[in-house]
Amino acid sequence: MLPARYHTQVVIAATFVLALLLAVYPLPLSWRWWRPEFVVMVAIYWIFTLPLRTSLILLILLGLFQDLLEGVPFGQHGLALVIVAYICLLSYQRVRNYSLWKQSCWVFVLVGIAQLTDNWVQAMSGRPLSGIMFLYPAFASACFWPICYLWLEAVRRRYRIA
Amino acid sequence: MIALIFISIYTNWLTPVRQQLSVLAVPFYQLTDIPHRLDVWRQNTFVSRRELALENETLKTELLIHQRKLQQMAALAAENVRLRQLMNATDILQDSVLVAELIGVSPNPLSHTVVINRGANEGVFEGQPLLDAFGLMGQVIEVSEHSSRVLLISDATHALPVQVNRNGVRAIAEGTGDLNRLRLRHVSNTTDIREGDLLVSSGLGKRFPVGYPVAEVESVVRDPGQAFATVIARPMARLDRSRHVLLVFDSRDNTP
Repeated sequence: MLPARYHTQVVIAATFVLALLLAVYPLPLSWRWWRPEFVVMVAIYWIFTLPLRTSLILLILLGLFQDLLEGVPFGQHGLALVIVAYICLLSYQRVRNYSLWKQSCWVFVLVGIAQLTDNWVQAMSGRPLSGIMFLYPAFASACFWPICYLWLEAVRRRYRIA
Repeated sequence: MIALIFISIYTNWLTPVRQQLSVLAVPFYQLTDIPHRLDVWRQNTFVSRRELALENETLKTELLIHQRKLQQMAALAAENVRLRQLMNATDILQDSVLVAELIGVSPNPLSHTVVINRGANEGVFEGQPLLDAFGLMGQVIEVSEHSSRVLLISDATHALPVQVNRNGVRAIAEGTGDLNRLRLRHVSNTTDIREGDLLVSSGLGKRFPVGYPVAEVESVVRDPGQAFATVIARPMARLDRSRHVLLVFDSRDNTP
């Protein structure tokens, strides 16, 4: 058995790797707008559960790695993750006690903010603005949040992370 | 953070970093490609003998048709060379190609880029054109050791010089961010261009070789109130479907 602290980190890292895999999993082109932002969602979950152990530096590195993976300008996801993480850190005490569907609404707002920065960087690098479509991933994430939350809760209980 | 974004958009200081690090990204694309590989394996393994025989038959017929075309082609090519010699023009050399396979698609819906499984080790270089069986697909924008990233011609930041196959009218075909539409820039209202015209690469940008099919003109709107006609074309290449693609090694000197 691994030492407890180390063990926690491995499990958290594994969930993030899974989220990154889902983030680049090839989807049919007509579905591409509906891909939930898995990395942001997993980040939100871990910040809500372990707010005091979250490291913003590691989140930035995670975001940079996602940029590398998706081939977008460096910093796009990093910036989005940091902004979302900051808002989460300010609000976790309240949001943790919300019911699941209320949390979903909150996730919609948070992912929407992440999408906003993504869209801003994409617009700067010369791509056309997509109108209201940039909120589709936020909507998909909100719909997906209960499943994601319950699964991550199960993982957390299974490995006794607290 | 914002400074980093500006640096990576407006300068190319981070390009070497990205090239070195993109080795780390390849396993992710290979992993997410596994379901597809399994599917291909399933299709190849569990198939009835009758189906195979049928497929064999169709392929043979197709081969026969293509061979007939090729016979004509040999004669035409020889004639072309003779005529070019008469005109003292330089010969058109044959391009050599390398077959590659798509292993990933950009998850960002705004950018049309794909990842292929060939990289610097196989001689891929930045700016190299990519084709599928039907036409021009795009160009390589990022090379790492065993994979490279390709910008498709339909991306909103991509444009390439083309000409109409029928009469040689030149234009610039610009991506629109929609996979099935290219727009021709600055085509004057009196230009002879019609629906159904085939657009081929003109080779003027010195990036793409001459004469590969790019798109077919879908609609031409000539509005007298506008300075230019709106010409929409549909890419010939199956940008969203082709998995097996060809990287072209141009016989011209390709150093920029």
